[in-house]
Amino acid sequence: MKWTKKHIISINDFSRDEIDFVLEKSELMEKKLKDSKTSSLMNGRILANLFFEPSTRTRMSFEVAMKRLGGMTVGFDDLSVSSEVKGETIADTIRVVSDYADVVVMRHPVEGSAMLASEYCNSPVINGGDGANQHPTQTLLDLYTIKKEFGGLDGLDLCIVGDLKYGRTVHSLTSAIEKYDVKLKFISPKELKAPRQMIKSLVDRRIPVKESTKLNLRDSDVVYVTRIQKERFPDPQEYMRVKDAFIIDQRSLEALRDTAIIMHPLPRVSEISAGVDETKYARYFEQAKNGIPVRMALLCLVSGIKFW
Amino acid sequence: MIHVACKQHRELKVEMIKNGIVIDHIRPRRAIDVLRILGIDGSFGYALTIAMNVPSKHIGRKDILKVENRDIDTNEINKIAVIAPEATINIIKDHRVVKKEKVTLPETIVGIIQCPNPKCITNKEREPAESVFLVKQKEPLILRCKYCEREISSPIMLS
Ligand SMILES: [Zn+2]
Repeated sequence: MKWTKKHIISINDFSRDEIDFVLEKSELMEKKLKDSKTSSLMNGRILANLFFEPSTRTRMSFEVAMKRLGGMTVGFDDLSVSSEVKGETIADTIRVVSDYADVVVMRHPVEGSAMLASEYCNSPVINGGDGANQHPTQTLLDLYTIKKEFGGLDGLDLCIVGDLKYGRTVHSLTSAIEKYDVKLKFISPKELKAPRQMIKSLVDRRIPVKESTKLNLRDSDVVYVTRIQKERFPDPQEYMRVKDAFIIDQRSLEALRDTAIIMHPLPRVSEISAGVDETKYARYFEQAKNGIPVRMALLCLVSGIKFW
Repeated sequence: MIHVACKQHRELKVEMIKNGIVIDHIRPRRAIDVLRILGIDGSFGYALTIAMNVPSKHIGRKDILKVENRDIDTNEINKIAVIAPEATINIIKDHRVVKKEKVTLPETIVGIIQCPNPKCITNKEREPAESVFLVKQKEPLILRCKYCEREISSPIMLS
């Protein structure tokens, strides 16, 4: 396959072939990383990290990825965003940065901001999260983690637990995974069930879908857990009741398949108890670590740097 | 009741205008929106006939508009397609239909629909992001905002 994408804005812009291509190149990048901690693939190039909203994790992950490729990083995060930048339009900020940097990573609370940025930027733009809309590199690293574990995505039983109504990671992961031959089980409190449109889209693609309001991890290869946020509940008591019913602890692991894995986009609050961390099922820290080779591969791909 | 409507309908069809446009097969109760698209209000100085909820062979019930001394451009036709996808437009010159065309929904709808998502960049005043919707599905209609990816089925016109 020939890579043609200049910007990485939404996972919905990716075909199955393009996702497979990224996962394959990420694997290669990880092998390179094992041989040598740094490379000179991005020597002399500058990445601009524009974080209009804080996300230490995502920002650091891109920074590390760029530095391991031999490149440099500049940028700002929410705390350092001056009123000057805050008063300026995204379009203007991007036009200026576009002349400074060879690749731009942007996180902004306004939905669609990354798409707009890409229209005003001569350099490639990677969306590091645009409000509740998209965070495509998160989805790609999620898929990479699954593929690394099972060798592929087809034929797997996935179980997604938590806030399925508002959770951005869940929506993006689902719209990517529906391109594969998988079975899905959604577990959530009734207040946070998956949007009907999302279920319909899966059914249209003939993906078997089960929905439940009871935590039962039986018959799953992948259990993807997300946070249930207090703000979603008008009644705090209702939140307390619901929160406790969806905690993954050692007891809930008993129903798991032997080879199953548990994932979480982090940060975790209390939805996975600490006792699970040391079990053979836990993959959430490795999942975060997988962000590095995936982002390294993407930085090279959008920069037109061939490393294979 | 129905009889009256039918009669009225027949009369409307018979009575022609000299020059102007006749927009037929508008989805029921959408004629007012079509007038808004055409920018026609109470100050319009020529003959204007509005028929609403009249029986239609094709779509059950329909609205019809006859506007004297008015032309129509592609941009207006595209806008009408979004709210009245079955509409047909007749251009009348000297009492005769000189052109008849069906509206067609374009694949991308630019600058016509308001994104219902208040957090969308197209609703941020100072940013130069014009509303762009992509037609995901025609029947039933599903449109997707190019920017925030919100999907909608009953579009609201930009005011
Ligand atoms: Zn929008």
